[in-house]
Amino acid sequence: MPRHCSRRDFLKAVTAGSGAALLPTPMLAQDAAPRVVVVGGGFAGASVARALRRADPAVSVHLVEASRTFTACPFSNSVIAGMRELAIQQFSYDKLAADGITLVSASAMAVDAQPRVLILATGTRLNYDRLVLAPGIDIRWGALRGYTEAAAEEMPHAWKAGEQTLLLRRQLEGMDDGGTVVISAPPNPFRCPPGPYERASLIAYYLKTHKPRSKLVILDAKDAFSKQRLFLNAWKELYPEMLEWVPLSKGGAVTEVDPATKTFTTDFGKHQASVGNVIPLQKAGRIAEIAGVADRTGWCPIDPVTFESKLVPNIHVVGDAAIAGAMPKSAFAANAQAKVCAAALIRLLRGEAPPAPKLINTCYSLVAPNYGISIAGVYQPANGQLTEVAGSGGVSLIDAPHSTRALEASLANGWFNTITSEAFG
Amino acid sequence: MRMSLASGLVAISLATAQAASLEPPAGASSCTGCHPANASVETPVPPLAGRNAADIVAAMEAFRSGQKPATVMDRIAKGFAVEEIQAIAAWYAAQR
Repeated sequence: MPRHCSRRDFLKAVTAGSGAALLPTPMLAQDAAPRVVVVGGGFAGASVARALRRADPAVSVHLVEASRTFTACPFSNSVIAGMRELAIQQFSYDKLAADGITLVSASAMAVDAQPRVLILATGTRLNYDRLVLAPGIDIRWGALRGYTEAAAEEMPHAWKAGEQTLLLRRQLEGMDDGGTVVISAPPNPFRCPPGPYERASLIAYYLKTHKPRSKLVILDAKDAFSKQRLFLNAWKELYPEMLEWVPLSKGGAVTEVDPATKTFTTDFGKHQASVGNVIPLQKAGRIAEIAGVADRTGWCPIDPVTFESKLVPNIHVVGDAAIAGAMPKSAFAANAQAKVCAAALIRLLRGEAPPAPKLINTCYSLVAPNYGISIAGVYQPANGQLTEVAGSGGVSLIDAPHSTRALEASLANGWFNTITSEAFG
Repeated sequence: MRMSLASGLVAISLATAQAASLEPPAGASSCTGCHPANASVETPVPPLAGRNAADIVAAMEAFRSGQKPATVMDRIAKGFAVEEIQAIAAWYAAQR
């Protein structure tokens, strides 16, 4: 059961909060504007920059991002399956600039944590009071034998949306009817836990519609995955002869790939693909390692109240790069973490202690264009981690009618519009 | 111990007046991931800003108890105590 506070505690909290608001604002008005530098213009970085400006226009916010355009990953599986165009996934940073965020179009190269300077590839040095790293993921090239950047041109990962998304789509469009698509899914943790299975579903939908003699095989390094029963039931109903999932225990773990022949090797044998999609092992984006905020896992341990790094003070990490306990690496989670982090930063810059937050995640997946399923969760700090609130969360009902699946598909579409509007619109 | 809905309403009206200028209470900032902060966004999900606080509380209570049909809101409502729901509702009621 969730913890319940007493009515007296609640009123005390409300009164204390309003009392604090009546006090003269310390420091901010008198001193130079506090400076927050954000690295990474994805859902996490854009959201934290915007939330900071909205909460306190006196805070100076720089957003460092090398790309002029952001390409969103959610719904990019629909682009791969030919149901959606990539342009719908793309957003400029113009509206962020209009909010008073200073956009810096450059790559971050180094961090000097003492005296708090971010150094850009251009040589520019940006001083910060607080640095927020939202670098998303990088691919662990070479962690899977044979999978290099060059190999990704033959066997796309399409796990960062953009050219890779279009490459995988073109390969599917060019495949003969009767071909075999192979997707390899990585061990945890990775960006978008239900993503490989949504992708398999929508590619299967494409094959069923356009190339019905074809097959799709998922080679999985795991025996369990997000929304598993919902996916397995839907596959049985929608793609019974077409889609095969090979779990770890049945020989699903891929040990090597050969891009020249599009062959996946497992301990149990070889799978030759007409189209091969390698969803690779991942780690926090490069600047996290450079800044010293990534641990040996490649991800970034953080304080669950402030998202401040447990390794380097005054640097905060939000989104996929962070080790956020029970929260998944999703766009929804990145946006939710960003807003909590921004509120904490405002407090910290005023010399106040941020209160314990609560966060929500909701992730929709499409199994077919009109068939949506979801997972949701509520999280709070406990024992130094973000943990799921007992009794909350879970997945769509296993026996829901088709009308519910259709409703969830429309909610998924609405969610995309809402989250991209909040971050970029 | 849980508050009754009626006694909670007193707290809501008190809190609504004070909530507008404060930072969002725990949990509130996540809501706009689905409930659009910008009312012109195309989605079946209703915006929360400016809604009656008692209506938000009643809806959340009904989601939590299973009385109101839901897709995800039943699962989310179960993650919040009634006092937290009241604070979130008061804060959104005060937003414009």
